Amino acid sequence: MTPDIEAVRPLPRFPEPDTEPFYARCREHRLSYQTCRKCGAIVFYPRSHCTRCTSTELMWHDSEGRGTIYSVTIMRQHGHPAFRARLPMAVALVDVDEGFRLLAEIVTDDPFSVHIGQPVTVAWITEGEVTLPGFTPVAES
Amino acid sequence: MQGRGGVRVVASDRTAAIVGIHEYPDRRVDGTSAMQIKARSAARALEDAGLGWRDVDALYDAGETAPGMAGAVMAEYFNLHPRVVDGTGVGGSSYEFHAAHALAAIREKKARVALLTYGSTAKSDAGRAGTAAPRGDRPTPAANMETPWGLTLIGSYALVAARHMHQYGTTAEELAEIAVTTRYHAMRNPEAVRALEALHFRDIREITAADVVASRMIADPLRLLDCCMVSDGGGAVVIADAEVARDARRRPVWLLGSGEAVGYPENGRDITVTAGAQSGPIAFAQAGLRPEDMDIAMIYDSFTITVMAILEDLGFCAKGEGGAYVAGGRLRFDRPGGPALNTDGGGLSSNHPGMRGLFLLIEAVRQLRGDSTSQVPDARYAVAHGNGGQLGTRHAASTIILGRD
Repeated sequence: MTPDIEAVRPLPRFPEPDTEPFYARCREHRLSYQTCRKCGAIVFYPRSHCTRCTSTELMWHDSEGRGTIYSVTIMRQHGHPAFRARLPMAVALVDVDEGFRLLAEIVTDDPFSVHIGQPVTVAWITEGEVTLPGFTPVAES
Repeated sequence: MQGRGGVRVVASDRTAAIVGIHEYPDRRVDGTSAMQIKARSAARALEDAGLGWRDVDALYDAGETAPGMAGAVMAEYFNLHPRVVDGTGVGGSSYEFHAAHALAAIREKKARVALLTYGSTAKSDAGRAGTAAPRGDRPTPAANMETPWGLTLIGSYALVAARHMHQYGTTAEELAEIAVTTRYHAMRNPEAVRALEALHFRDIREITAADVVASRMIADPLRLLDCCMVSDGGGAVVIADAEVARDARRRPVWLLGSGEAVGYPENGRDITVTAGAQSGPIAFAQAGLRPEDMDIAMIYDSFTITVMAILEDLGFCAKGEGGAYVAGGRLRFDRPGGPALNTDGGGLSSNHPGMRGLFLLIEAVRQLRGDSTSQVPDARYAVAHGNGGQLGTRHAASTIILGRD
């Protein structure tokens, strides 16, 4: 049977040299970020230059994958069938403990309980060849 | 010359003025192209100014009909040979950027008559502008990080609204007040009422905050009536130097100041603060005016939260106090205590074909000419603030201060 192409969510596309190493690490379940070798600045999303100084030497690190929800929306309506099938769907800006922020789906059976300040941990989502860093709530201490 | 706040406006500020405007009247077109909307609107705006195609020597185009060849394609279509061509395309704020750049070009004497046009068949083309998945035409780093999560346009603004509520205690009812005000103005504007009819709005009437809060949730915490419409439409604006402006058919509306800025995701950024926090003070300083001098505030109302955050960032109230500031109908054209907001009905209730910025300039000019359907008596100063892109991720903003003699 031919898979329904429409029902697959849009995925990162390559070649795209800045984000390719990030997603290669995601396949190994490593949530990664960069710092500048010269000034130590955190660089995220991935790039090939430091966004603080003029260095072009960055190094990769693995995050522990824990963070806090900075803001969240619960989408109730969507034009894309892959997401329509997942509604209501929580999408959040997550402040990861190591000091970078990323957008991600919050994987949960109860999207309406997702809230700002909630602790979350990375929850890997596999879509064919691509592994995506979703997050899921953890018990609040 | 004294503004409301007693600030002196010097004569040298009268460098460039808006002398011609046209807002394309239809919000649902049938077979008309976006380029046709641009050309017909340009012709009407030039007539309004008492000018012709041959007078235009500077062309500004956001590229909505010719991506990658902004300016050149439209120069050919209009049959113009401009000496200044500017293809700045930063979404809905493009036209405030264009006005800023036209002011600079005229000050440098590179141009005398600038033409800005906009045309869109967003409604006819598709119905889902606000909830469509991002297309991700080119693989960029940002697109690769974001498109897998399907964040909609409305969802992006909802992230800002959620954070604003969390940080400052802003309520849904306070956000709703902005939609209530713009609908109040729309119901007095026959073109806006006709738009609401053409787009099959149900129950076309003034609304209350309770109506907004009762409308269906699209992306928490934003509800249907927190969102702008999706229409067809377009328009044109003609900006001229002082000498041309003196001979214009209508009273010139001077460009007194401008500011530009962009905002984008950064680690640790406060997303309740928009690019307007940078562009606003620059524009007010250039004009020698303050927010409290403004009779009219034309603020890009893609969503209610857009207006609230921008009012704060422009300095109409302190950051986080927008909820209390907009309460009680303060921003209606017939109430004291604040500027009149989006007196044409705004993107929320009159016209939003995707990039609304041009209409902010047009309604500001109507007010300063005395032509608005919700006219503020003796309106002298207006601010037009465009916001393009997505507030929760990356956006561009430009602030224009306008005044009449």
